[in-house]
Amino acid sequence: MMTDLTDLGIVALRDGFRAGDFSAREVATAFSDAVAAGKGLNAWIVETPDHALAAADAADADRAAGTLKPLSGVPLGIKDLFCTKGVQTTAASHILEGFVPEYESTITTKLFAAGAGMLGKLNLDQFAMGSSNETSAFGNVVSPWQRAGSNAAMAPGGSSGGSSAAVAARMAPGATGTDTGGSIRQPAAFVGISGIKPTYGRCSRWGVVAFASSLDQAGPMARSVRDCAAFLEQMAGFDPKDSTSLDLAVPAWERDLSSDLRGKRIGVPKEYRVDGMPAEIEALWERGIAFLKDAGAEIVEVSLPHTKYALPTYYIIAPAEASSNLARYDGVRYGERELPEGANLQDMYAATRSAGFGAEVKRRILIGTYVLSAGFYDAYYTQAQKVRALIARDFEQAWAKCDLLLTPTAPSAAFALGEKSADPLSMYLNDVFTVPSSLAGLPAMSVPGGLDAAGLPLGLQIIGKPLDEQSVLNAGLAIEERAGFTARPGKWW
Amino acid sequence: MSVDANTVRKIAGLARIAVTEEETAAMVPELNNILGWIEQLGEVDVTGVQPLAAVIPNVLRWRDDVVTDGDIRDAVLANAPQAEHGFFAVPKVIE
Repeated sequence: MMTDLTDLGIVALRDGFRAGDFSAREVATAFSDAVAAGKGLNAWIVETPDHALAAADAADADRAAGTLKPLSGVPLGIKDLFCTKGVQTTAASHILEGFVPEYESTITTKLFAAGAGMLGKLNLDQFAMGSSNETSAFGNVVSPWQRAGSNAAMAPGGSSGGSSAAVAARMAPGATGTDTGGSIRQPAAFVGISGIKPTYGRCSRWGVVAFASSLDQAGPMARSVRDCAAFLEQMAGFDPKDSTSLDLAVPAWERDLSSDLRGKRIGVPKEYRVDGMPAEIEALWERGIAFLKDAGAEIVEVSLPHTKYALPTYYIIAPAEASSNLARYDGVRYGERELPEGANLQDMYAATRSAGFGAEVKRRILIGTYVLSAGFYDAYYTQAQKVRALIARDFEQAWAKCDLLLTPTAPSAAFALGEKSADPLSMYLNDVFTVPSSLAGLPAMSVPGGLDAAGLPLGLQIIGKPLDEQSVLNAGLAIEERAGFTARPGKWW
Repeated sequence: MSVDANTVRKIAGLARIAVTEEETAAMVPELNNILGWIEQLGEVDVTGVQPLAAVIPNVLRWRDDVVTDGDIRDAVLANAPQAEHGFFAVPKVIE
């Protein structure tokens, strides 16, 4: 074999397998070996080489029989927020440690039906609450990237930090992520890969451990825009089991990819030029603007006046919904139970939840409980829902002037593990550019735009109109073609 | 509005999370820091604005009121910390 198979992305694996360049078993073996050799990154909570190999054998048989499926020959990583039948699903929490679902999430059902195999379950911030993967009950994920001249352990971003690390480290060609306030885009940016959060409702939430249901949306993380398009096509689609699923056909995003942006207007929101933004992020943004101009787009300045209120709005709405969603972990039906000697039912609930949830999860449940409690509900929760309406209206008004928005994905490159974990608020501020589009349910993508002075990746974010993933992907492709991002982390792990 | 140790104990009770005195003391400044920051929302003029709960317009669908699964008692109980006689078991609730 000339090529190292783990260097290939989803589309290259799919097409090379179809062309007979290699077998699916060879692919699954190469990636499973990389997973087994990558324990230093702590990206996986459970490894499932048998699942990947069984899917590969089925793919090899399908190829021989002429019954190829859209992802035949492609093994994937699955964020451990997706319930997988017969395979432990923990949301990186103690309270779900040992939980083995009796059912399969809609997304993994679709991916497996499309021929994909599963390499394992990927580590994440506990219940997807975090921006650095430091809240997992199974330990921090370490980014494969390091600052030039330093071996300090870097954050892979969060909450989909296992997914980002695994894809960047070539342990998987792609991985599922979920995004509530930036949990696909920020980790993708931190490790120099691509990831798209589609329009709210495109991907079924059924069987995905819930964090904040009005925001949660699954999406693909991979090493190219084309890979994301092909992957997203197999994740998206109507699901009657999810009440907010959109009953719409899945577009042929991969087929219709085009980096010709003539006639497109790209908005640059002036409120995203936040105080103290590093010069390197400003320079990245300018590069992105130049790339899109070069692709034929017209650049226009737009205003999203309520941008500064997006983060505080998010940190009311998301904890409020989380406090309600996480009420289900009671030590009765599944998961951990703590039963102190002589405890009654109420004591058992409180002891179970105290032992089973990590500090950040408790913090958010308490904030959510507080803002929903009698006397404070209107001042916090109702007010936040109204400001959310204004944030959504800002975007609607911007669409009168432009077709897409271009912003940096994050206000900085990756930080080192431990650098921000002492101050929850400074961690929350890392989501400043990703949260507004989440609150408005819009499709948004991060693609690599370049490196900072320390050699760490920086991401550019494209935000689109509802249901216009195609334009988002197209602009992502235009950036990808021009950024020439070929940097990869040295293999030190 | 700021929270004190009593408020933390009260909301922890509502959330059914046991907290030690030490945890309570640590949470008071943490929660006040976060709540102080989110209070800036109060300055936004929301006159005439309807609260937004669903971001993408969608119709809540009806389905026929029929059983679509069932007969899966053992699967439902499979992950229970304590399942007895086909039920979830909990500590005694009536003295």
